[in-house]
Amino acid sequence: MWRFKHSQIYKSIFRHGYEDTKENRIRQIRSNIFLHVHPAKIPEHAMKIRFTWCMGGITFFLFLVETVTGILLMFYYRPVPEYAYLDIKYLEFDVPFGVVLRNLHRWAAHLMVITIMLHMLRVFLTGSYKPPREFNWVVGVTLLVLTFLLSFTGYLLPWDQLAYWAITVGTNMVRSMPVIGHEGPFAVVDKYHDVRFMLLGGTEIGGNALLRFYVLHIMALPSAALIFIGVHFWRIRKDGGISRPL
Amino acid sequence: MQKDNISRRSFLRLIGWGSFFAATGISVAGALRFLFPRVLFEKPSAFKISVPAEFKGGPDYQVFENWKAEHSVWLVRERNRIYAVHAKCTHLGCTPNWFPDEGIFKCPCHGSQFHKNGMNFAGPAPRPLDRLNIAIDDDGNIVIDKSRVYTFKEFDKQGAYVEV
Ligand code: FES
Repeated sequence: MWRFKHSQIYKSIFRHGYEDTKENRIRQIRSNIFLHVHPAKIPEHAMKIRFTWCMGGITFFLFLVETVTGILLMFYYRPVPEYAYLDIKYLEFDVPFGVVLRNLHRWAAHLMVITIMLHMLRVFLTGSYKPPREFNWVVGVTLLVLTFLLSFTGYLLPWDQLAYWAITVGTNMVRSMPVIGHEGPFAVVDKYHDVRFMLLGGTEIGGNALLRFYVLHIMALPSAALIFIGVHFWRIRKDGGISRPL
Repeated sequence: MQKDNISRRSFLRLIGWGSFFAATGISVAGALRFLFPRVLFEKPSAFKISVPAEFKGGPDYQVFENWKAEHSVWLVRERNRIYAVHAKCTHLGCTPNWFPDEGIFKCPCHGSQFHKNGMNFAGPAPRPLDRLNIAIDDDGNIVIDKSRVYTFKEFDKQGAYVEV
């Protein structure tokens, strides 16, 4: 490394040396758009894996995995009843590494549901939801719900028997929502104007439903999740980093 | 004078915020309305099947499966009644299957089971399978209208069955 740093090539790219001081290290973190969310200094307690379980971090990592594999899957998947199932089959059996990507997407989603719940368990057990972090718990619950909704909206997309009937059951439950479901208590709307109709884009599960679940799955819910993740992390930093052992 | 000034300012502020919220509200309402399509490309709710005489009942109930795949409807013939059973589980809405050798309907989702006449006897389904409006048109054909649903208590109502 020392030899490389003193080579002609290195010096032609990096004209000035970099003085490895504490101040420079902090500067490096703070002046980098990707690293600035990261604290410049990490207190020792935040490193204690037996305290944090690292479940929040793993959940975020899985969210990134979902984003990357999801974008790649979008290159092959068409959210239309005629194609959806065939495209998934194509991904599974013919596209190079298609089966790897699809299963990564699937397993990471399953794992994310598990890790986010373990994360919340840890936060609860260590009392980390207590003031001043109460609001961040609320943001966390929102993220939990968004994770569930992301899993659920992804479920219809393969358009196979399992997916189709799961969504049938799921959206039939929405029928019974109070006020805005047409079969629920205090219903104010008929079946052409209730929340189920809005979700499905019709009264039965068909092309409209597939397209809507797709848009929710790839745009609406991930964007919402991203915003809440941003607030979540910002709050952690403002509240003095990861909570400490009591 | 001074009072005038203040009230003008607050008046303008009211107008400003008022139009801001009005514009936002209208946009949100428009976006919501956008999600409700004006035209649906779904099958019409009513469909015609042939004359009642085609469905000869044996001594017991007969289940006809001819319209299940396309319309989710079973035609059931009792000794002197024909009615249309909706092939939609009363639990959470899956489509049950007809098992002719056992003479029962079974729902694959959570295991509800129904007798030939749609009465539930096992599983989580809370009530018998619903029935659909059935009538005889001017040409003597049976017409089933899926938009009118009869639940258990209405099975003896006009429209829930036809006499034969
Ligand atoms: S939907 Fe038929 S048993 Fe649940």
